[in-house]
Amino acid sequence: MDFSLGQDRQMLVDSLGRYLSANFDFSTREKALVSAEGFSRDMWAGLAELGVIGALFTEDAGGYGGGAFDIGAVFGEIGRAIALGPFLGTLMAGRVLQAAGETDVIESLISGETIVTFAHEPAIDGEGVMADPASTTRAGEGWTVSGAKGVVPYLAGADVILVTAETDGGLSTFLVERGADGVTVSDYPLVDGGSAGELTMKDAPARLIGEAGAAQDAIDDAIAAGLVALSWEAVAVMDVLRASTLDYMKTRKQFGIPIGKFQALQHRMATVALEIEQARSAAINAAAMLHEDPVKRDRAASAAKYTVGKTGVLAAEEALQLHGGIGMTWELPLSHYAKRMIMIGSELGGEDEHLERFIALGQKAA
Amino acid sequence: MDLNFTPEDEAFREEVRAFLKEKLPARLSDKVRTGKHLTKQDMEEWHAILNERGWLAPHWPEKHGGTGWSVTQRFIFEVETAMAHSPRVVPFGLSMLAPVLIKYGSEAQKDHWLPRILDGTDWWCQGYSEPGAGSDLASLKTQAVREGDHYIVNGQKTWTTLGQFADHIFCLVRTDNSGKKQEGISFLLIDMATPGIEVRPIRLLDGDAEVNEVFFTDVKVPVENLVGEENKGWTYAKYLLTYERTNIAGVGMSMAAFEQLKEVAQRQTRNGKPLAENPMFAARMAKLEIDLENMKTTNLRVLYEAGQGKAPMAESSMLKIRGTEIRQEISDLMRRAAGRYAQPFIGEALEEGFNGEPVGPAFAAPVSAQYFNYRKLSIFGGSNEVQREIISKSILEL
Repeated sequence: MDFSLGQDRQMLVDSLGRYLSANFDFSTREKALVSAEGFSRDMWAGLAELGVIGALFTEDAGGYGGGAFDIGAVFGEIGRAIALGPFLGTLMAGRVLQAAGETDVIESLISGETIVTFAHEPAIDGEGVMADPASTTRAGEGWTVSGAKGVVPYLAGADVILVTAETDGGLSTFLVERGADGVTVSDYPLVDGGSAGELTMKDAPARLIGEAGAAQDAIDDAIAAGLVALSWEAVAVMDVLRASTLDYMKTRKQFGIPIGKFQALQHRMATVALEIEQARSAAINAAAMLHEDPVKRDRAASAAKYTVGKTGVLAAEEALQLHGGIGMTWELPLSHYAKRMIMIGSELGGEDEHLERFIALGQKAA
Repeated sequence: MDLNFTPEDEAFREEVRAFLKEKLPARLSDKVRTGKHLTKQDMEEWHAILNERGWLAPHWPEKHGGTGWSVTQRFIFEVETAMAHSPRVVPFGLSMLAPVLIKYGSEAQKDHWLPRILDGTDWWCQGYSEPGAGSDLASLKTQAVREGDHYIVNGQKTWTTLGQFADHIFCLVRTDNSGKKQEGISFLLIDMATPGIEVRPIRLLDGDAEVNEVFFTDVKVPVENLVGEENKGWTYAKYLLTYERTNIAGVGMSMAAFEQLKEVAQRQTRNGKPLAENPMFAARMAKLEIDLENMKTTNLRVLYEAGQGKAPMAESSMLKIRGTEIRQEISDLMRRAAGRYAQPFIGEALEEGFNGEPVGPAFAAPVSAQYFNYRKLSIFGGSNEVQREIISKSILEL
């Protein structure tokens, strides 16, 4: 048993943390927020140079990590800085590409040359109707894809899109150029910063990744890795929420004493601290199970997403409440951490969905 | 990071399992599994079996009879014994008094008392709480006045668990009233057979009497029964409480109880379907299971830190709070699973050899008594509110 990150990973965490605090302060983040792509390409290049993207992939695929705790370590630092960029899409699309042996594409992701995103969930239209899964047709040697995907992260900045679509034998994955004929992108900023977009494809030329009809396992693996990443990111965001709130409680005075001296508030923060430790354990469990059999893997991933979802809401709402009026302001970095925390609950399923999934998987295992 | 146990640890687990298979009497594990009351003889029998193997006091230093196990091995032992429905080791002598004696006692005290704890010569109980000193333990009033080579003790202790079985009691007593209330407390070892001691049982809401009041009237205690220095007892008491709290997390017991709950939820039905498939019940069970899985890792993290030489301090308060909440939630779900059969109150059904007609599903007999009994978990060992005070002061530095 060993709960240390290990020397190499600790070095990566330290250098990533240093890089982000030197190059991604609050005002830099503010600029990225209003940029067209929702993130800074300079920072992305810097991170690639630092080897951060390579840490997400295995040596076989040209990276130097790719393990669950590598992913956790990187996303923890992303959370600590609430860094903006196509991290999750790179991880999830990259997992699919890695499984299919697409090392050339991975290499260009690792170098920062190509930016990828992951488009899986269908779009929902104004009437609340969900689009059908994307469909495919054979076009000579290649394929074309048609369909609509919703809230695709960092779509505007992506060079290529990893798209899931139905083929005869089942789900397949394709790489689609964002600039290809038949691709329409409508992008928008997100509540917690960064950007996403609605993707419409009409007979868009697509390159098959892996075998036709056999992508379900790779997609499930990508989702599990994404859940591990978000769980570690969430715990780091909670750590910041907790630390900022405690600082504030020690300095803010009302009724002549620091508000941290009030027992009602102390007990609430003790509960928050306890729940965060449980969430940290959940994130560790999910990472430890990422390479186990799918039912165990997905159960631990859902347990973690449920836990960080539930605890994240507690940590964010308590942080805002205990900061009082000042916590409501855009000016205070804390409010942006709170927004990120809550919005993680909307990525890859919220706590209720994951509790349901945990139950269903348990019945499957029994 | 690596959450796997080493091959050595797994081999150790097999050793523990083999021992339990061979040595744990089915009579005892059946009683534990079915929620029956254990007698003093039952507890002594299990202690003797463990002591024979040298496994009664894993956390003691080896020279006093400890096992020299790693924290991971201790965790494995706790989980395996609980999953096998072993009786719980009575903590008062082994886990509360002994660590204090080992750290603060004189050589003569260690030589005299420690072997007697192991071989069962002495049964200890804890004299901490008083009618006016619960969470605010330091305001205790039981007084010890030095007269020659004796202390004369007067006062009252309460909530003394299994005091009816004990022949000795370790007590916090006031030896000085002049300064801060924490500064005038001493730690005394008292023979219950001394004239002037009276034990009165307190019947609890589950109908059972596992706790007592202990009255002291001019009780003469030899001065060599003072542990450490006079008026330094508060330091020893706090040390003891930290020990008590890591034991209180009870992850192994929760794991065993959850397995039972899962079985019950497969068998019991509501609206024609097993409870395990009832959306409301399944959701509560799933939340509980997730919390328990998280708790296991939190506990291992605390043990890992302790193994790295960091003392478990305030983190044990987190284990205490969540560990007791989980055990209470399991007992709540067991009670709810029994439905209307949670109501019958048949005391004899909880005794060994009950031959009466069973009422309702077999698991239902102890569930309500246990539910009510387990309300104590968030109250004793420092209430969960006191634990929040400790977290707030020591970890959050508020």
